[in-house]
Amino acid sequence: MTASALLPVFALMTSLTAAIIIFTLPEQKHRLRTVVNLTAALLKLLLVGLMIWGVFQGREYGVSFTMVPGVDFVLRADALAMLFAGLSAALWLLTTVYAVGYLEGSPNRSRFFGFFSLCVASTMGIALAGNLFTFFLFYEMLTLSTYPLVVHRGTQQALRAGRTYIIYTLTGGAVLLLGISLLHSFAGDLPFRPGGHFAGIGPDLQAPLSIVFVILIAGLGVKAAIVPLHGWLPTAMVAPAPVSALLHAVAVVKAGAFGIVRVVFEIYGLETANALGLLSGLAAIAAFTIVYGSVRALSQSDLKRRLAFSTVSQVSYIILGLCLLGPVGVAGGLVHLVHQGVMKITLFFCAGNYAETLGIHRIDELDGAGRRMPATSVAFTLAAFGMIGTPPLAGFITKWTMGTGALATGMDWVIAVLVVSSLLNAAYFLPVLNRIWFREQKDPWTEERQWGRFETSAWLLWPPLVTAAFLVLAGVLASASFSPLGWVELIVAREVGP
Amino acid sequence: MTPSLLYALAGAALCGIGLFGFILISHLLRKLLAFNLMGSGVFLVLVGLAQHRSGPDPVPQALVLTGIVVAIAATALAVVLIRRYYHLAGKTALDDAARETLRDQGSRQVREEPGE
Amino acid sequence: MTLLLMAGLLFTPLAWAVLTLLAGFRRGRGITWLGIVIQVLVSLALWAVVAGEGGFQYPLGGWQAPLGIELRVDGLAVTFVLLTALVAAASGLHAGFYLDPDKQWHRYFWPLFWFLWAGLNVVWLGNDLFNLYVGLELISLSAVGLVALGGQAEALRAAIRYLMAALLGSLAYLLGVALFYGQFGSLSLSGIAFALSHGSAQGAAGFALILMLFGLALKTALYPMHWWLPPAHGIARSPVSALLSALVVKGSFYIAARLWLELEAPLGSLALAQLLGILGSIAVFWGGWQALRQPKLKQVVAYSSVAQIGYLFLLFPLTWNTTEAVALQAQQAMTLQVISHALAKAAMFLSAGNLILSVGSNRVNALAGVSHFLPFSLFSFGLAGVSLMGLPPTGGFAAKWLFLQASLATGQWWWLVVLVGGGLLSAAYVFRVYRASFVEDSNIDHFFHPARRLEIIPMVLALLSLGLGLIAEPVLSVMALVFANGEGT
Repeated sequence: MTASALLPVFALMTSLTAAIIIFTLPEQKHRLRTVVNLTAALLKLLLVGLMIWGVFQGREYGVSFTMVPGVDFVLRADALAMLFAGLSAALWLLTTVYAVGYLEGSPNRSRFFGFFSLCVASTMGIALAGNLFTFFLFYEMLTLSTYPLVVHRGTQQALRAGRTYIIYTLTGGAVLLLGISLLHSFAGDLPFRPGGHFAGIGPDLQAPLSIVFVILIAGLGVKAAIVPLHGWLPTAMVAPAPVSALLHAVAVVKAGAFGIVRVVFEIYGLETANALGLLSGLAAIAAFTIVYGSVRALSQSDLKRRLAFSTVSQVSYIILGLCLLGPVGVAGGLVHLVHQGVMKITLFFCAGNYAETLGIHRIDELDGAGRRMPATSVAFTLAAFGMIGTPPLAGFITKWTMGTGALATGMDWVIAVLVVSSLLNAAYFLPVLNRIWFREQKDPWTEERQWGRFETSAWLLWPPLVTAAFLVLAGVLASASFSPLGWVELIVAREVGP
Repeated sequence: MTPSLLYALAGAALCGIGLFGFILISHLLRKLLAFNLMGSGVFLVLVGLAQHRSGPDPVPQALVLTGIVVAIAATALAVVLIRRYYHLAGKTALDDAARETLRDQGSRQVREEPGE
Repeated sequence: MTLLLMAGLLFTPLAWAVLTLLAGFRRGRGITWLGIVIQVLVSLALWAVVAGEGGFQYPLGGWQAPLGIELRVDGLAVTFVLLTALVAAASGLHAGFYLDPDKQWHRYFWPLFWFLWAGLNVVWLGNDLFNLYVGLELISLSAVGLVALGGQAEALRAAIRYLMAALLGSLAYLLGVALFYGQFGSLSLSGIAFALSHGSAQGAAGFALILMLFGLALKTALYPMHWWLPPAHGIARSPVSALLSALVVKGSFYIAARLWLELEAPLGSLALAQLLGILGSIAVFWGGWQALRQPKLKQVVAYSSVAQIGYLFLLFPLTWNTTEAVALQAQQAMTLQVISHALAKAAMFLSAGNLILSVGSNRVNALAGVSHFLPFSLFSFGLAGVSLMGLPPTGGFAAKWLFLQASLATGQWWWLVVLVGGGLLSAAYVFRVYRASFVEDSNIDHFFHPARRLEIIPMVLALLSLGLGLIAEPVLSVMALVFANGEGT
């Protein structure tokens, strides 16, 4: 075994080690903790970069060993894994920077950053898992490591949200375990494999396979916040902003969506899943979730809650994309994994900036915020337009690709869903933008703070600006081979075939 | 009916009587005596049942000897505990042990202790 | 070599029990630590011997059965011997720092500790039913003594209650042994199984098996015979609770499992197997529910033991009349559950003891806000909790996974409900403790950090239980080793 085969392990170990070091650091060693955090984040980004380069050239990295008789622990870096790993490594670095600024002067930072690192380690594990069993291992680890982050503030509201969160996710995990063990009982240990394992199965297996599929999706759908399993997501908004950003953009919801991608592509296989008639049902649920989330977002007056319902809606784009069958539509769904992450994290960073700098939590308090915090507001605006799907931003690329894909496979009704959803996106984002830019400030801001020479702390300002730049570049340079879309096309070529 | 079977049956009867007392009596010392009665019953069964083959079997005798030693140890421990309990709590019975047991409230009656 | 090992395993504890009885607490502690080192080394060596060469039968002192004591040294036995060495060593070390040396009755901790260890080793290695009885009694009596060490009236009440349950259980078991001996003239399990396979089973033998299983289930605290366990485990000093929950209840279960696995084919029945499984399932839910409602931290942990023991009893329905592959899976699941529960529960009780020491109260609510101080013990408690919930990669998960697979393979889908639902329930009571620790609105401003050495021990145990799932395969491969020379007679 060469060192390069161990790259996935190293990528995992960086954040695990960081977590252990941080837990043992005394609370007041803030500078040292920040150094550990950033070093680990940079190191991880470097390792993931190395793996991406290797995978691009067709190399495979992986380790496996037997855990329990009949079940292997497998870590493997393939193109799909690198999509998610790359996303989380890049956004982790930015979120760490942001969180350092955000938690400046607040208590319990050792605890926070320790679990934060564990959370990222789990995300990395989810990305690199080579079979359902390993995936499940990290999926549950993610649940456990995010709980302390959700209840971080320790208020009654936070504890209640934590309870909702843990009930939903642990139940989802239990359902997923049920599905995995059912699948294991009649098919054995299944590594993730392009094309799946069930091509050309006999009719006797069709019914059990379909049932297991439903169970698996139900288990994964909790984290992916598919309606009606989305209830935890809006309540989890009480968490600190970097946590919300992480939950929504990278870690939790994406873990669910990514799991669904793995199950559909690499356990069942797109063809088989479709032949079993499973994808049309999934598509219907995803479409409903997209519209429902947007409609609910309209009526939210709390900024973070509006963003939360927007997440409910947006994550289902990924799932809907899978159900479009053709390579183009699938690419549209997969690329949204990255695009939604970048856009949503920008929005949450900005929402956090408004809350930290001006004490704004509700949308009707945003009047005139654009003049006070122009840079943050520009980032927010770009991300909002991206969500709506304005060319040439990242969201547009998603919707365009999905639309063409839908037309190519004759699923015209998806176009209607996309249009309705875009209109609704506009309906809930434009009023916010209107308030930010075009209304005069009514009341003085409740908790206005001055942070040095920028409109807010530099730690808080740069991350949203960088992610906003990403989302512009991802749109403008979409045709380049190193853009998210370029990488996704590589995945699709390997997974689905041309 | 051979004499040895008679022993065994007598042992079974002793067991029954002992069990009856063990469950129904709440006074701890008498409970302990009931236990000893039951123990003797079991030993009788052990020796009695094993005699059915030709000649006396030495193994059960050895076992019963060991068993008696164990029973004495258990009785001694029980007496120490009961005596100490009587000194501390002034009672000769566990509070409503039978009823408490049935309703599974064992945990309730353990009073709050500061610390451990 | 083997002679030395076997002698070390059985006679060191007895010798050390006498030695420490003569010494006071402090000197007893020193002597004990020396003994712990010896015991751990001997256990490791024996484990290595069996892992390398397979199991063997060992007549103690050269005397053959039935009058001599014959030991059965197979993979499962040495695995449990090693487990005992680990957990007992941890509890012994912890107790050395934890117990107050100035309370005069604490000096009896060491002899009782060693008698307990000796009894456990006898049970793991014993091959004939009567020796197992002696081992069981040794365990029960020393365990009762340890509970009574608390000293106050409540502790004595719990100890007496425990003693009564244990004595009743032992007598039921002994009566079963008498019936078996009367019928087959043999005390060894394999001898009885051999006789049964060559003759027709009689009603008395079936009755004997039921009696013995009843007695052992009473000692293992299977629902509804669990009433003695929570008071005893809850009131005992923490290192004692750790020993009791981790090892003592497993001793009687181990005998029940061995009985069943040898005799289920001729004497078992579907009804009996399912009944045990169902009682185990009720225990899982009842114990979990009670744990959720307990106001005191150690009671939560104690009721959690009732629930976790319930899982073990799924062994019975899953090995009755099933294929060898499934039966093996169920046995592996049982072994892993025993090991992981022992490690996790010991870690939990020890860390609960530390937490109680820290906040000065044994109530769950008193933990409000302690995660502010990043208590090391809370981490250990949490990690052990992950194992109890059966989340990967812990040993608890590996056990649950194997139980799930065995249930599916035999079509007994109803156990899935227990396995999955029980996991959620245990998550509920574990998270109740976490949740309390995150409350911020209490304003505790002082927090007593126990000595690091007290905190390291539960952490090590918790990490072992966490990592067990990752190394389950090698552990299980040793556990499955039976004698190289085939089944004894």
